[in-house]
Amino acid sequence: VRLCRCRCRALLSRSAGVLRALRGLAAGPEMHFGFQTVTEAERREKIYQVFESVAKKYDVMNDSMTLGIHRVWKDILMHKMNPSPGTLLLDVAGGTGDVAFRFINYVRSVRERQLQRKLKHHQNLSWQEIFDSYQKDKFNSLGDSQVVVCDINREMLKVGKQKAQHLGYCEGLSWVLGNAEELPFDDDKFDVYTIAFGIRNVTRIDLALQEAYRVLKPGGRFLCLEFSHVSNPLLSRLYDLYSFQVIPVLGEVIAGDWKSYQYLVESIRRFPPQEELKAMIEDAGFFRVDYENLNFGIVAIHSGFKL
Amino acid sequence: RGGEEEEEVEEGWHQLYPGHIPTSPLQKALLAAGSAVMALYNPYRHDMVAVLGETTGCLALPNLRDKMKNHPEGYRILQERPRIRLSTLDMARLRGLPDGSLGREYVRFLEDNKVSPDTRMPPKFVDDEELAYVIQRYREVHDLMHTLLGMPTNMLGEVVVKWFEAVQTGLPMCVLGAAFGPVRLSARKLQVLATELVPWAIRSGLNASCILNVYYEQRWEQPVESLREEIGIFPPP
Repeated sequence: VRLCRCRCRALLSRSAGVLRALRGLAAGPEMHFGFQTVTEAERREKIYQVFESVAKKYDVMNDSMTLGIHRVWKDILMHKMNPSPGTLLLDVAGGTGDVAFRFINYVRSVRERQLQRKLKHHQNLSWQEIFDSYQKDKFNSLGDSQVVVCDINREMLKVGKQKAQHLGYCEGLSWVLGNAEELPFDDDKFDVYTIAFGIRNVTRIDLALQEAYRVLKPGGRFLCLEFSHVSNPLLSRLYDLYSFQVIPVLGEVIAGDWKSYQYLVESIRRFPPQEELKAMIEDAGFFRVDYENLNFGIVAIHSGFKL
Repeated sequence: RGGEEEEEVEEGWHQLYPGHIPTSPLQKALLAAGSAVMALYNPYRHDMVAVLGETTGCLALPNLRDKMKNHPEGYRILQERPRIRLSTLDMARLRGLPDGSLGREYVRFLEDNKVSPDTRMPPKFVDDEELAYVIQRYREVHDLMHTLLGMPTNMLGEVVVKWFEAVQTGLPMCVLGAAFGPVRLSARKLQVLATELVPWAIRSGLNASCILNVYYEQRWEQPVESLREEIGIFPPP
């Protein structure tokens, strides 16, 4: 583990330090980018570049790094959300569309069951009436549900749109370029707001949470799926070992990009732990804030309501 | 927890050269295995071949470096660190040289095969600055090997050059490339490879002096034949 600690650090050459000192006053407060210290502006730029470069291999890498378990995490998020047809979802940092597609699938299957139940109750209707009811509901397989995928990164959205086309998702799906800290949407618009594995990359988390509060309707729900902290010491060491030794190697071999995945594991370590994030969500005005640990805290789902 | 780790940061990690990524022995082992598999699975991943070379070269590279140090021309190369890049080469002048000269034939090779010396990967995982240069030099000299051996950049040509380089440098990446490269060749090509080309490549490799000890940039005018003789490469079949 000590090996991990010594080895897996960001570079801080002397000249960069001098430059930073000179620019420091003008460019804004110091922030972290993984284990490096950078200005706010630099951080945004670097993160943009990370996702620009990983966009095409994002899904493959997710599967390799988590051995496919990220799919289960996202499924659990969807079950927790339990959306009913007619829900308007905003998926921020939704990039390649994983949460959005799951939402559509979920709502579609709920809708199907709804229709089946309706049919059962209408078994005494005439054939004509049954046929008519098909017509009415046929063009409403989603039941007016909609999901807006918002991401700050063009490349990620591009990959998401291509995926949607490839998989056949067209109804009820919109793609918007936007910044979580300053959403291009009006107040009180959405029923649910999700941000899956995205809030870690936001530079001002407090602003993103405030925006989430703003765009949600009263009664709306905030859901955040994110890497979090493992408290079990043995598991934590194994997790560190895997994160720092294996993941950058996977990044290099599969995506030809060591640095982005080094950033990824470092940013996870830098992100506030469960209780701290809960407090931040409460500060933004949400009520009934709670979290659920998945896999001993490797991942956590935080939930809050706007009343 | 983040704060306490920060203090350890500064001491442990230092970049030895631009592009250097320090790695633990475990990471190197994983990289070696991963890059080998990926290079076989997708031969277009030249970066994986490069990574394999870097992570497995820990014995061969110091060997090569010592060979260079003990040779007057090789020593000069280590001191002066010349780089073969489009920006450092005067393509017009080389093109103007007489046919049969190293410079003219090298440019012809680049144009015929539509390759450029600038596509060589810079080293990332070599933990010694001088050895990083040695492997960089080996990569940049690769195209000149093609020229001297008269081999094109198709799969067959590359395999032949790999056999030559394997004998010359002892780099495990070359050995693996030489051994596994032929897997994707047709039977007819395999036959030519086995009966004529590989024996010739091996004989030349054994006979020739170290190819990294030649200051190619100062020999553009030298005819290829004469350079071949000087190094000890037998004429291609």
